[in-house]
Amino acid sequence: MTIAEGSLITAADLVGGGVAGDDPDDRGRFGVFGGRFVPEALIPALDEVAKIYAEAKTDPAFISEFDHLLRTYAGRPTTITEVRRFSEVAGGARVLLKREDLTHTGAHKINNVLGQALLTKRLGKTRVIAETGAGQHGVATATACALLGLECVIYMGEVDCERQALNVARMKLLGARVVPVGNGSRTLKDAINEAFRDWVTNVDTTHYLFGTVAGPHPFPEIVRDFARIIGVEARRQVLELTGGLPDAVAAAVGGGSNAIGIFHAFIGDEGVALHGYEAAGHGVETGEHACTLTEGSIGVLHGSRTYVLQDDEGQTIESHSISAGLDYPGVGPEHAWLKDTGRATYHGITDAEAMEAFSILARTEGIIPAIESAHALAGTMKLGRELGPEATILVNLSGRGDKDMGTAMKYFNL
Amino acid sequence: MTTLQTVFEKARADRRAALVGYLPAGFPTKDGAIAAATAMVEAGCDVIEIGLPYSDPLMDGPTIQDAVHRALVNGTRIADVMRTVEGVAKSGAAVLVMTYWNPIDRYGAERFARDLANAGGTGTITPDLTPEEAGPWREVSAASGIDTVFLVAPSSPDERIQAVAECCTGFVYAASLMGVTGARTSVGAAAEGLVKRCRAQTDLPVCVGLGVGTGAQAAEVAGYADGVIVGSAFIRRLLDAPDEASGLSAVRELASELAAGVRA
Ligand SMILES: Cc1ncc(COP(=O)(O)O)c(C=O)c1O
Repeated sequence: MTIAEGSLITAADLVGGGVAGDDPDDRGRFGVFGGRFVPEALIPALDEVAKIYAEAKTDPAFISEFDHLLRTYAGRPTTITEVRRFSEVAGGARVLLKREDLTHTGAHKINNVLGQALLTKRLGKTRVIAETGAGQHGVATATACALLGLECVIYMGEVDCERQALNVARMKLLGARVVPVGNGSRTLKDAINEAFRDWVTNVDTTHYLFGTVAGPHPFPEIVRDFARIIGVEARRQVLELTGGLPDAVAAAVGGGSNAIGIFHAFIGDEGVALHGYEAAGHGVETGEHACTLTEGSIGVLHGSRTYVLQDDEGQTIESHSISAGLDYPGVGPEHAWLKDTGRATYHGITDAEAMEAFSILARTEGIIPAIESAHALAGTMKLGRELGPEATILVNLSGRGDKDMGTAMKYFNL
Repeated sequence: MTTLQTVFEKARADRRAALVGYLPAGFPTKDGAIAAATAMVEAGCDVIEIGLPYSDPLMDGPTIQDAVHRALVNGTRIADVMRTVEGVAKSGAAVLVMTYWNPIDRYGAERFARDLANAGGTGTITPDLTPEEAGPWREVSAASGIDTVFLVAPSSPDERIQAVAECCTGFVYAASLMGVTGARTSVGAAAEGLVKRCRAQTDLPVCVGLGVGTGAQAAEVAGYADGVIVGSAFIRRLLDAPDEASGLSAVRELASELAAGVRA
C-alpha cells in the first residue's frame, strides 16, 4: 500500500525528519532525562507498545490510516490565522495563530489520541484508559474510542471534574466511564497515579492512552510524533504566507504535548526561537504555581526523570493553575532537555496575565481560546513587545475556550 | 545487625518460610510505627520492611495509600524513617526500607545508603527502579554493605527475571499478581509459577508479596516460596483499631497467625 496522493503526513513527518539527536536513546533518554521508572510488571507492556509503534510508524498502511483520520475526522490541516488587532497588544509584531482549536473536539489532543487509538487496535487491545486534567484529552480519547469501538475509562481528579464539568458530561455522552479521583491533590497528577494502578491490574486487555509527552518511555516519543503534525503543517503554512520562517514559536506547557508538537518541526531551524509558557498561577513567589521547568528541580515523577515540583526530600509539591490542563507538577523529559541544551526557553505566566490575554483575544479577534492557550498568548504579548513590529511570532492556539466558560463566568463576573 | 542471609539460613534450617511484614514509617504515628513493627517482630516476623511515605505511591492500593497519607500528614521525614529503622532493628529483625526511587534520588543515593547502614538497616526494596536504571544505586549500596531487592511480576519474561535477579542481593521479590498492593481473598494463581521461573534463574531466596493477608494464605505460599510478605493486612488492623493498644494487640495477633502459617 502506498500513501495517497495529497496526504498530510509522510513517514518522515511522523518519525521526525532526521534532526540529529532528537530521538531518545534505547533507554528512552533525552540526555539525562526520560527513561523508565515504573514497576517491573509494566515493563513488558511498555516494551510491547514501543515495538508495535516502531513497526507502525514505518508501515504505509498505518500512516495512511492515521492520515485519513486526521483529514476526514479531525479536520486537518488546521489553518493559520493572522491576528492583526491582537498584534497591537503584542508590540505590533506579526502574530500567526495555529488553529488547533478548530479541530474536532476542540484541542490539539485529538492528534495524539487518534494515533494511539489506532495503535491500540494494532496491539490487539480492547480497552483504553486515560487520565485527564482539563478534560480535553479525556474527551478526545472518549471520542476516538467511540469511533473505533473501544471500551473507555477516564480518570479525572475531583477538583478538575468540578472546574471542567462540561467536559465530564461530554465524555459520558460519548460512552466513556469517568472515574473521579479523590486522593492526593485531586488533580491531574493523582489521575495519572490512578490510571497507572488500573493499567498494572488490567494490562492484558488495556492500553494506557497517555495524554502528554511525559511518563515512561516510549510515551514521550510516541505522543510527540503524533503531535508533530501541528508544527509540520504550520512551518509550511508560515513559509507560504510570509515567505520565511517565524522569528519565534510560542506555546503553553503543561505536560508539554502541544508545545513539542509545534516546536519539533522547527528544532533544526536555528534562527527560530522556541518559547514555552508555564502556569505561574498566583505568582511563583506565592508557591502556588505550576512552573515546573522554571522553578522546579530534577527528579522522577510518573515514570520519567525530568523537572519536578518537589520538596527537599522528593515529595511532590502540589501545583496550582487556573487552567486545569497546565496544573501539573511534572513536564515531559524532552522539554527538560530542550531547556538544558538552551534550544528552548521557558517562562511563567500568571493566572491574571492569562485571563487578560484570554479576554483580549476574544474581544479583538472573536476567538475564545482555551485558558491553557491563553498562557501562550500572554507570553506572546510580552515577547512581541520585546521583539518589536519586525518580528513574526507563531503561536499554538492549542484549544478553544468553550470548556472554560464556567471559570470565565466566575473570573469576570459574567 | 541481622542480615537477610542469616534470616533465610535460619528459616531453611527450621524447614519453614520466612515471614516479612511491611509498615510505613510514621503510621499510625512516628513512635506508633516503631511499637507496631516491634510487636510484629515479637510475634513472629523475621524481616520488617519500613515504608518510606511518598506523595505519589502509584504501585499501592487504597490501604497503603491511606496509611502513607497519614504518615505524611504526621510530618514524617527521612530522618524519621531512619529512626524507625534504628528502633525496629533493636528487636533483632532484619530491617529493610521500601521506597519509590525519587526520595532516594533527591536525598542523595550515597548519603541514603550510608545513613541507612548506620541506622542498622540491611537494605532496600525499590519497586520502581528497573535494572536499566539501577546501576548507580547498586554501586553505592554495595559500598555501604546494604542489600538491594527488586521486583519481578507474573508478566516478566524469563530474560527480565534474569536481569532483575542479577541486580538483587538478599532475595528476589515476586509480586503474586498483576496489580497494586492490598489484601485479596486469594493469592494470585500465577505466584507459584513465577517462583518456579525465578528458581530457574537464581539461587537467591524468592519471597512472595501482594495480596497475602491470612494464616492460610501464608501457609499456601510457604509451600513454594522462601518468604511470605504481608503489608496491607497489618495496616488494616491498625486502621480498624479504636486505639493504639488494641491496634498493637491486633497486629500481634495477625503476626502470630501468619507465623504459624509459614510453619504449617
Ligand atoms: C487546550 C489545551 N492546551 C494545552 C494543554 C496542556 O497540555 P500539553 O502541555 O500536553 O499540551 C491542555 C491539556 O489539557 C489543553 O487542553
